[in-house]
Amino acid sequence: MTDDLLSRVARLPFFTELSPAHLGQLCATGRPVPYPAGERLFAEGGTADRFWLIETGSAALDLRIPGRGDQVVETLAEGSVLGWSWLHAPYRWQFGAVARERLGTISFDGVSVRERCETDPAFGYAMLRLFTPVITARLHATRLRLLDLYAAPAQAGTP
Amino acid sequence: MSAATGSALPHPYRVVSRHVDTADTVTLELDHDGAPLPGFAPGQFAMLTAFGIGEVPISLCGLPEASDGSARRLTHTLRAVGAVTRALHAATPGTVIGVRGPFGTSWDVPSAAGHDVVIVAGGIGLAPVRPILQTVLAERTRYGEVVLLVGARTPADLLYADELRRWAAAGVQVGVTVDRPSDGWTGHVGVVPALIPAARFDPGRTVAFVCGPEVMMRFTARALLDRGVPADRLRVSLERNMRCGLGWCGHCQLGPLLLCRDGPVVDYTRAEPLMTVREL
Repeated sequence: MTDDLLSRVARLPFFTELSPAHLGQLCATGRPVPYPAGERLFAEGGTADRFWLIETGSAALDLRIPGRGDQVVETLAEGSVLGWSWLHAPYRWQFGAVARERLGTISFDGVSVRERCETDPAFGYAMLRLFTPVITARLHATRLRLLDLYAAPAQAGTP
Repeated sequence: MSAATGSALPHPYRVVSRHVDTADTVTLELDHDGAPLPGFAPGQFAMLTAFGIGEVPISLCGLPEASDGSARRLTHTLRAVGAVTRALHAATPGTVIGVRGPFGTSWDVPSAAGHDVVIVAGGIGLAPVRPILQTVLAERTRYGEVVLLVGARTPADLLYADELRRWAAAGVQVGVTVDRPSDGWTGHVGVVPALIPAARFDPGRTVAFVCGPEVMMRFTARALLDRGVPADRLRVSLERNMRCGLGWCGHCQLGPLLLCRDGPVVDYTRAEPLMTVREL
């Protein structure tokens, strides 16, 4: 870990609630990883052993549908955290992710972070407090889209 | 926010141009065919009559051109969803329609001078906030950062695509997201509140304007409050069953408010307690 990495992570708001000690422990598992546009970060069904803090650019979560190719279900922009399947069994990606444009990230070792969560409950609780809102926010967003709010009454199935 | 001044008598206006925005949405420009109505302010609405069919409330979506304070020309974007809006949607240049107004409260854009301006619109809700952008860009130096975040169902449902590009070129931070991307769409996918965390503005010196489906506005308001925008500098545009436009009939009642008179633009401090009450 370098001071540069610490300051880069601290620049974005996602981890600001972590104590300096926990932030240091987290950043010890991180490293900067850039991706060119179009490069796949992970594919559905693969081992979920990492997560990313997006510094610049955006990534698309997608799902392969036979006959229709990779369908984008959501995009994540600068400041977002990409990936939480590393935190819960069976540790498999439920969706895929691809760089929408040139992507700057900090990639974290999900397995190491998970092991520290197991052995250090205070660290584990801090991580859950950070990641649970991510999960609920994406659930809320999905529910909103299910409502098809912008549809005309006929499109939404109303007589 | 200014109060309504409209009357119960429709004034004849003639359609002078009709621009097809999307498969079910058009923008009509109207010119007075008799005495013009008083001038409209951004956020206010008119009651448009398709003669022989009925009357609907439609917000102003362009700045009035007249310098004498009258509404010689009016611009309205409308979506064909019912009998009246289908008839208005089909109106071609030369068609005479009835107009009453101006009704309701305005966005009170000048009160945002000296602040960052954040505008969040969903679907057809982009139409009523368009005059905010036009007002701000006409006096750009009076405002700080200007952010426009837009959500649409699909890329084909996006309104004012050319203007979005022009506004971005003029320095407005424009973010567009869709619920359902089509092939070739390279923009954001997801709900419009998700664009708020990455937008560049100073929450403590921001005035926010939000227009769209009510559920979208609730979640957007939550995201803006989470960023630190004060609730009393957050304005939403509410809609109920506007009929008379004058606060007489009570069809548009929302708790203590009659939205044709006390709305459609309401401070979030007043709106928020009412937006989650069932049966209101």
